Amino acid sequence: MKCLLQIMMIWLSGICASFGQNTINLGLQLEPPNLDPTSGAAAAIDEVVYGNIFEGLVRINQKGEVVPGLALFWELSTDGRSYVFHLADGVKFHDGELFDAEDVRYSFNRARAAGSTNAKKYIFEPIVNIDVFDPLTVMITLNHARTDFLFNLGLGDAVIVNESSAANNAFNPIGTGPFKFDKWVRGNSINIVRNDNYWGGAPSLVSATFKIITDPLSAYTAMMAGDIDAFPNYPAPENLFLFNNDANFEVVIGLTAGETILATNNKKAPFDDILVRKAMAHAINRTELINGAMFGNAVPIGTHFAPDHPDYVDMTELYPHNLSKAREYLKDAGYQDGFTVSLKLPPPIYARRTGELIAYQLEKIGIHVEIENMEWAQWIDQVLRNRNFDLTIVSHVEPMDINIYANANYYFGYDNQEFQKIIADIDESSDPRLTSELYKKAQIKIAEDAVNGYLFQLGKYGVWKNNVRGMWDNYPIRSNDLRNVYFEGGN
Amino acid sequence: MKSLPLSLLVGSGLTLIFIIMAGLSFVWTPYDVTALNIDQKFLDPSLLHLLGTDHFGRDVLSMIMVGTRNAIAVSIIAVGIGMIIGVPLGLWVAGSRMNGGSFFDEILMRGNDLIFAFPSLLMAIMITAVFGPGVINAIIAIGIFNIPVFARMTRGAAMGLWSREYIMAARVCGKGMWRISYEHILPNILNLLIVQATIQFSIAIIAEASLSYVGLGTQPPMPSLGRMLNEAQTMIFFAPWLAYFPGGAIVTMVLGLNLMGDGIRDVLDPKLRQRKGQDVVA
Amino acid sequence: MLRFISKRLLSLFSTLFVATIVIFLMIEVVPGDPAAFMMGLSTNTEAADALRAELGLNAGVLERYFGWVTGMLSGDFGISYTYRVPVSGLIFDRMLVSVPLTVYALILSTVIAIPVGVIAASRRGTAVDTTLMGVAQVGVAVPNFWFAILLVLLFSTSLQWFSAGGFPGWEAGFWLCLKSLTLPAISLALPQAAILSRVMRSSVLEVMNEDYMRTARAKGLSERQALLRHGLRNALIPVLTILGLQFSFLLAGGIIIESIFSIPGLGRLVFQSIAQRDLIVVKSVVTLLVMAVVMITFIVDLAYAVVDPRLREGSN
Repeated sequence: MKCLLQIMMIWLSGICASFGQNTINLGLQLEPPNLDPTSGAAAAIDEVVYGNIFEGLVRINQKGEVVPGLALFWELSTDGRSYVFHLADGVKFHDGELFDAEDVRYSFNRARAAGSTNAKKYIFEPIVNIDVFDPLTVMITLNHARTDFLFNLGLGDAVIVNESSAANNAFNPIGTGPFKFDKWVRGNSINIVRNDNYWGGAPSLVSATFKIITDPLSAYTAMMAGDIDAFPNYPAPENLFLFNNDANFEVVIGLTAGETILATNNKKAPFDDILVRKAMAHAINRTELINGAMFGNAVPIGTHFAPDHPDYVDMTELYPHNLSKAREYLKDAGYQDGFTVSLKLPPPIYARRTGELIAYQLEKIGIHVEIENMEWAQWIDQVLRNRNFDLTIVSHVEPMDINIYANANYYFGYDNQEFQKIIADIDESSDPRLTSELYKKAQIKIAEDAVNGYLFQLGKYGVWKNNVRGMWDNYPIRSNDLRNVYFEGGN
Repeated sequence: MKSLPLSLLVGSGLTLIFIIMAGLSFVWTPYDVTALNIDQKFLDPSLLHLLGTDHFGRDVLSMIMVGTRNAIAVSIIAVGIGMIIGVPLGLWVAGSRMNGGSFFDEILMRGNDLIFAFPSLLMAIMITAVFGPGVINAIIAIGIFNIPVFARMTRGAAMGLWSREYIMAARVCGKGMWRISYEHILPNILNLLIVQATIQFSIAIIAEASLSYVGLGTQPPMPSLGRMLNEAQTMIFFAPWLAYFPGGAIVTMVLGLNLMGDGIRDVLDPKLRQRKGQDVVA
Repeated sequence: MLRFISKRLLSLFSTLFVATIVIFLMIEVVPGDPAAFMMGLSTNTEAADALRAELGLNAGVLERYFGWVTGMLSGDFGISYTYRVPVSGLIFDRMLVSVPLTVYALILSTVIAIPVGVIAASRRGTAVDTTLMGVAQVGVAVPNFWFAILLVLLFSTSLQWFSAGGFPGWEAGFWLCLKSLTLPAISLALPQAAILSRVMRSSVLEVMNEDYMRTARAKGLSERQALLRHGLRNALIPVLTILGLQFSFLLAGGIIIESIFSIPGLGRLVFQSIAQRDLIVVKSVVTLLVMAVVMITFIVDLAYAVVDPRLREGSN
């Protein structure tokens, strides 16, 4: 009898387990080239490892806020130059090695060393000193106060790695996060499993598999067939309404940090003339772009700033869609007969579709646009490196990246001392209120100068089964942090 | 006179329809293919838009007409390149071999083997990675693979003719290699060339569609059948006509050309009838 | 015979040698490099330079060419620039998907094509023949990627028999993998089957006119018996040649199909590697594909020479 009861118990627990799903399949459109977030700039790396495998001193949550990470709390000196971080105790890397302040020093020194392959080396440039007081206390001293330093430490490029495993992180990432790397079938899937010894309390998922689904066609069928539980950023906005109409799925349209712009070569005629740029700004019809290219799923922007940021200034009405005004500006600039330019488009679908529409819109004021579709490698070579372009469309997905306009050598070639001063002041400022004012000033300045065509903020199209909870709604940074993800009705 | 084969009638009929459509598109299409009209997107096929509209509200029929024209233009030029380079090459090496020199023949045949050994679509992708995508590079990529086809075929046929008596006679008369090739050999292999050209033409249509499907052929705003299919891919779940019609156009056009090729072959040279189908492999 | 083989081998190796040079040069002139690609929109050119040095991209041209060729000869294909793992392993993993897919497609196409070809030939001139060959004509005209989309529409969306995305991996079980490869294999097989059935038909027709077939029939065998006992084997020779060529064609030609169905095959590996400028992968895969074609041609030539001694003399 007792034996029978035991069998019953086992049988019942089996049933319970099958009710409570604790493994998740996620769809990923782009495969990361490798899994080391401290080398290279591919967003796909962070989409897998950030917050899951690797952690920094601080973490950025899905609202874009800085929250404690490996540093439980910190003190900032009154001059804003020195941070004292108090680290979590008993944290172990996935290979069992203990994490301590020396790892912080090693990670940051590695990132700022000569010959470092860190794509955001600038984060570490203000650092003058890293002092380890004891294994759990580290002080970082900067050359001057920087309000964005803490946020930057939360980026994937500033995660803490271990000296003994750092060299192999590209293919065997060892971090301190709630998930451990398990397996990578290249071209197919990446599997991570729960880190039962996670210092912050193990997550509820036992494992997660990122399936690489490059083609939007198979993205749809894989979702419909149930092969994928969640697509954090679904590749085809035109299909979202199909999922919306299906009670089995939840669609969450959020925002990314991606300002999609019609980047304009400011150093090249005729775009060196602000009248021409203003004419183009008036010719752009954002509503049509968003409806046509993004099927209504994007937020218009009038400057280079995330519209969900508290400091955002809405500049979309500065140059409203107005063809006669646009023609007037062109005439004033001496181009009443129009001109011909090229528009170089990188591969993402948003760029290709927006590009076709932009070409059509500019044609109306006599600017004849010749579209050139290209691969990323060609785009980086021609547009970004050699600045051999007239117009291009690209989404700048880095958070808080308005400072790129202060770099006169950046590809769109905006060289304005007034703006550079604003950014320099932001860098120097340690007063949050002043910083906020300066950010607003900066946004207004580039909008008025119509440096680039400001089109829309790229959306994040989350599609998942209706029992999935805890996925990120927004992409303040590219991360699919799974620590809070679980299945409703699960254990 | 014996009645014409059915395949020739059907094939040239279909081909003619597409040629007319393509020709007409120069002067008239139901709608402007470069005009985008978002309010009119995804309209079902109707009397207003016989084949419906796409995601930018463009008329699919108009796009197919212009797309057909582009496909035909690319294919004609690509096959033309293959013939203009390949045929003289074939004549030359056949002639020089028959006149004692086999060196160039060896080189040509090895070169042929080499080109055939490369996977064609991959090479086309590589070519566009070097030069950038675009219609010219698509033509080159397709054209290159047509050269060995014509060279090999011409060489084979020409070598067979060189041992004929009337060629011997011409040689005795002191006619040079090129003159013999031009006066006696070329006219005799013309039938073969025409048949082969038709087949290569239909292969080129599919190749152009594949290239523009992966985004390497004709660039927007010029419509192309392959790119229409690619763009339709995410929309087939609610607008399947976007996939049906351009694909149907490709199939019908290629079918027409193949049938016509078979038909011409039957009419020109009944002996070849049996070997039907063998050349389609490449 | 030995002279024939050695001559063929010589040309095989010279073709391969020239091919490596062509491939290498082609890769050399491709603009853009993996280091710049991996730094994305970053302004940090210093990091890209450091990465370039780390990847060994700064060596001289000759040094890299010979390093590559000698490496390949010893089975070392180098380390992938982006994945940072050995290229040979990457290629091997993809082969585990691409080769079964190709074989599957070829089996399907043969299973369809041979009976169709034989039936059409033995009923030549009848309505059956016309219909079958008409269908084959349509099959030849269908671009495989369009056929793939139609299959997805029908089987994945409407009927929901197959999911059209991804590959579970062989450890997930044979049948699951077979299922996920079925739609791609059908898309690849259809145009090949159409071509093959036409070849099969004409090959059978040719064989039926041979003397030994007439003899067999004179001995009292019916046409069908004669065909099955004597003819079919000979009729299959041209079919095998074409199968050999189709194998290498499909191995690389699956690029579009593999991406439509999100299958991690060889074609997608090259496609992606070209885009990411992981050129060390590209050149190795292209070389392997060229090698496959050259080898298959060699074997076919050899087989013909064994069957037909006349070919050994003046084989060109």
